[in-house]
Amino acid sequence: MNQLKNQVMWNRLISIVEEQALALVRTAFSTSVREAGDLSAGVYDTKGRMIAQAITGTPGHVNTMAAAVANFIEDIGPHRIYEGDVYITNDPWKGTGHLHDFTVVTPVFRNANLIGYFGCTAHVVDVGGRGFGPDATEVYEEGLFVPIMKLLERGKLNEDLINIVRHNVRESSQVIGDLHSLSTSNETGMRRLHGMLEEFDLDDLEDLAEFIFEKTHEATIKRLSKLEPGEYKNEMQVDGYNETVTLKVNITVNQDGAHADFAGSSPTCEHGVNVPLVYAHAYYSYAMLVALAPEMPSNYASLAAFTVSAPEGCILNAKHPDPVAVRHVTGHFVTDLCLGAISQALPHVIPAEGAGALWNFHVSARASESNTDLPPREILMFNSGGTGARPNLDGLSSTAFPSGVRTMSSEATEQVGPIVIWRKELRPNSGGNGRHRGGLGQIIELAPSKGYKFFFSCMFDRVENPARGRDGGENGSPGKVYLDDGTPFDAKGKQPVPEGRRLILELPGGGGFGNPEERNPDSINNDLAQGYVS
Amino acid sequence: MVRNKIRIGADVGGTFTDVVLEANGEIFSTKVLTTYESPEIGILQGIHAVIADSETSLSELDSFIHGTTLATNALISRTGAKTAFITTNGFRDTIEMRTESRFEQYDLNLELPKPLIERKDRYVLSERISADGSVLLPFDEMEAKNLIKHLSLEENGYEAVAVGFIHSYMNDKHESLFQEMLLDQLPNIKVSISSEVSPQMREFERFNTVCANAYVQPMMASYLERLKTKLAHAGAKCDIHLIHSGGGLISIESAIKFPVRLIESGPAGGAIFASEIATRHGIDAALSYDMGGTTAKICLIDEQSPRSAKTFEVARTHRFTKGSGMPISIPVIEMIEIGAGGGSIANVDDLKQIRVGPLSAGSEPGPAAYGLGGSLATVTDANVLLGRISPETFGADDINLIPEESGKAISTDVAEPLETDAESAAIGIIEVVDENMANAARVHAVENGRDVSQYTMIAFGGGAPLHASRLCDKLEIERLLIPPGAGVGSAIGFLQTPFSYEALKSFYVSTQNFDHKSVNKLLVDLTSEATEFVMDASNEKHNIASLIVERCAFMRYAGQGWEITVPLENKTFDSLGIELLKNKFEKTYEEHFGRAIEGLQIEVVGWSVKVTSPKPETEKTITVDSENIVTTDFKRVIYDSVEDSEVEASVFQREKLNPGDCVMGPAIIVENQTTTWVPSNKKLSTQQDECLLITKKTEAAE
Repeated sequence: MNQLKNQVMWNRLISIVEEQALALVRTAFSTSVREAGDLSAGVYDTKGRMIAQAITGTPGHVNTMAAAVANFIEDIGPHRIYEGDVYITNDPWKGTGHLHDFTVVTPVFRNANLIGYFGCTAHVVDVGGRGFGPDATEVYEEGLFVPIMKLLERGKLNEDLINIVRHNVRESSQVIGDLHSLSTSNETGMRRLHGMLEEFDLDDLEDLAEFIFEKTHEATIKRLSKLEPGEYKNEMQVDGYNETVTLKVNITVNQDGAHADFAGSSPTCEHGVNVPLVYAHAYYSYAMLVALAPEMPSNYASLAAFTVSAPEGCILNAKHPDPVAVRHVTGHFVTDLCLGAISQALPHVIPAEGAGALWNFHVSARASESNTDLPPREILMFNSGGTGARPNLDGLSSTAFPSGVRTMSSEATEQVGPIVIWRKELRPNSGGNGRHRGGLGQIIELAPSKGYKFFFSCMFDRVENPARGRDGGENGSPGKVYLDDGTPFDAKGKQPVPEGRRLILELPGGGGFGNPEERNPDSINNDLAQGYVS
Repeated sequence: MVRNKIRIGADVGGTFTDVVLEANGEIFSTKVLTTYESPEIGILQGIHAVIADSETSLSELDSFIHGTTLATNALISRTGAKTAFITTNGFRDTIEMRTESRFEQYDLNLELPKPLIERKDRYVLSERISADGSVLLPFDEMEAKNLIKHLSLEENGYEAVAVGFIHSYMNDKHESLFQEMLLDQLPNIKVSISSEVSPQMREFERFNTVCANAYVQPMMASYLERLKTKLAHAGAKCDIHLIHSGGGLISIESAIKFPVRLIESGPAGGAIFASEIATRHGIDAALSYDMGGTTAKICLIDEQSPRSAKTFEVARTHRFTKGSGMPISIPVIEMIEIGAGGGSIANVDDLKQIRVGPLSAGSEPGPAAYGLGGSLATVTDANVLLGRISPETFGADDINLIPEESGKAISTDVAEPLETDAESAAIGIIEVVDENMANAARVHAVENGRDVSQYTMIAFGGGAPLHASRLCDKLEIERLLIPPGAGVGSAIGFLQTPFSYEALKSFYVSTQNFDHKSVNKLLVDLTSEATEFVMDASNEKHNIASLIVERCAFMRYAGQGWEITVPLENKTFDSLGIELLKNKFEKTYEEHFGRAIEGLQIEVVGWSVKVTSPKPETEKTITVDSENIVTTDFKRVIYDSVEDSEVEASVFQREKLNPGDCVMGPAIIVENQTTTWVPSNKKLSTQQDECLLITKKTEAAE
């Protein structure tokens, strides 16, 4: 019956962190948290090992957060951890990969003993600096850097920190509101945990954590045995900021785990598409879990089996003060890179490559004429191309992978700022042919409203390097970015869109899977009838 | 003396059609199998049965109230009309692109739900309204004429057309114009426009809602007409009313125009049933818990009215996972539905953990114990094996339970993989399904900023009374009520439903640009729209002054994505109205999230007005702990999770319990269609209204 009790408590912990995440979603200001689900929440043991993680959240946060709490314990120092404390950072290397993400950690005390931690992360609206985009050449330009420190000490708010934030970021009330939301979210989790410990008459989480780690470890190793021990390699080209980037991986599998080494990948770039290793690690772990153990609850033990290394100065192991603001643009490809490596071993599991990185954009709308009183506005939108075809299914059209975020409604976006979205529609013929077709990309046409012009921050990839097909499938269509009068537009960096012009984005499609000649005739006819293919 | 009214409520569900007749304060009920092809046949069969039982006649019937899952089923099984969708050029694929996300993060073989209307049946027109309602691109009538010609072609064979243009909730000019043209030139085709069906911002949700309305309209119209005729032929002279998803009654004509409002009407009846019990017992915070064969539904009822929402999801394709269905944006009673019912199937996963549901054995083939061909272990089988359900007292006449089959199924599917015995496995199954339901209830309460332990649970539906006590322990809920008629709760709820209609519209104002005149006008318009529906439905021609008008604003801090519902007073705003709104918002925000935030702009994104006919006064009862302990020699051995061992439980027939009787746990109360379990740590007090109140034993009693 102990086994059953432990199972019940395990499920309860997952439910508790889910409540913690939902509390954050409901109170957050940041568009990417509330509309797109760009957040995560978890509970940790006294050593900083993650015991359970909310299902709500996106892999980039989920797996980086797993490592973050140990950093907090080390930097705060065990002797300075008091009841009523709350810690905070947006350190890209100790948190989740860029300054826009704030991570907040709260120690949990029971009968005056430290029994664990709650942690959560959210992407905030602004961190100052140049604003969200890849253009900075050092992290100093990307905004305010808050090293691991106390947001509250014994229940008392660190007013100095709040004051510094207030004077260094745009939309400061919203950002400070989000910092409070993060802290409240941990409180919600803590309250529930105490309730559970009460119910099951426990003083701490030690035995439960051991039970969870042991069960997860056993099951993960069992799943890993689907892969023959050995080395698995892959290489991929992506656009980078201004020159092609090579990503390379060598995964070594043995009985105890799988280690990914990224040696041979391009060096860091002078702009913000570089990736701290924690973030690359997150998308590597995601690849392995999604391929081998999709049902496994995420915790310290399921992630411990997957380790990484990369030479310093490599684009997947950027170091301070390299710029990392849009680390997702490169980081999202790590999943396809690693899936590609193990595809020979799992031919019936691994899909073709997809659009990969999200096509997020940030618009600074400003009055066209300086002598009007039209207010400036900032608009953020997430959009996705097609995913790669699967061994037995077509790819998903305009759907995020590996990221877990959602898009925003065009109507809601137009209510927020002076933008007109004239088109947001599937892009026919963009999926790679194959026995199974790649998912379609989409076409977006947008323009400033009357009286406005845009400074449009691009962070788009797969314009030069399309998603590759697998097993004889063809490549997906690459992306395109241009103005309606034919003016070329770069896929990365901030550029103007004058009043009266429309910007057109054609998002990449996913690669095909298998020989196109083997495609089922009914599927071909349906593609034609629906206009997916013309 | 005024003759007492005779009323019938009929709830057509997936498996059973429940029919309830109320006459002279007495309730007569029956369950008949749903007749899928023509549901009206089952309904009439049920009606004849309750009419005979009550010794009344159909001609005396004063009112017939109906709820049906027919519209929901048509969306799930995709058996609606051949429908075309016409939208703004550039937005042909909105209903197919959805939210651009995967509802299950770790499934490489994920399949997204197919759009209700395929791409080849979706057309675009040149026109564009801007976010503030002004015309950016005029409606192209020539293009529209050509499109109508194309739609009318015989080979296309469209039975219905849905129209959804961008920002039509701000300005319906283009949609209305096109609707007129369609009605004029295609008189035999049903037309639905989004600014009428669901004038709410967010194109995916609004477009999908108007498509769903058009898709089910021809079928629902024909069904409701048939039902009307059949009832009239059978001698009924009364009007027919339908229950809508927001928990109110509308006329048959309104239902034909907006059939999408009938989705989830059965569960709405259940929530109203629970609200009525809450009102009777003066409970301000009630948790309604309805567990059937396939799913469990949980709804929060504060101040005796169920929580409502502006949008919900139907036809989930994947384990009831959020995001795997289609969004419908209409006013609805908010509840969560989880895949946990008597038929939920149990097995063991890679982590050697017991998993229960969401797959269900349903009624065909059913749990192994039914002996109807099912061989997989279900929750019902676990209940049978533990003695919580017994062949001697199981309510359904046509099912003979076979405990041996339960034992066999549980041994194979759960006990053997866990290397344990069947009884331990059964205990595990019950514990896991109870934990699943408790977790869902807790998360739902948090999403609404509520603490579930402060609630009183009201449990009904076939399975709930058996599991409710354990759920209460897990949720730290102290009081549990099992109402009479629990097995047909939703249909009884129909009889207690007032006429009501909620009109709702997106209209954006912020603290910076509050135009009180426009807001006042909008609220007046919404009020008259809702009043019209209520007056239209209600044959009693209510005095307008007696109608209950509730007005709400959906508000948030500028930049937030979630709105909270802020109740308004029934007064017109003056130029200082925004200050009033601000105060109300901050107060509500604090209630939800603990604190308000200073220095931020506040915005209103939508408004609603709900008009309800006056409810008859509910007779109040005082909930009391009874002292008159009754005992019985009829005992049965049952596993009790409180003691973690088998106990000897008393067995009572529910109809033999009188008000004031007290039963000490462990005990089992059996009745038609359900069984109530009172564990060793609880006692039961029979109330004046025959509700069973279950509470913890006091120290003295133990």
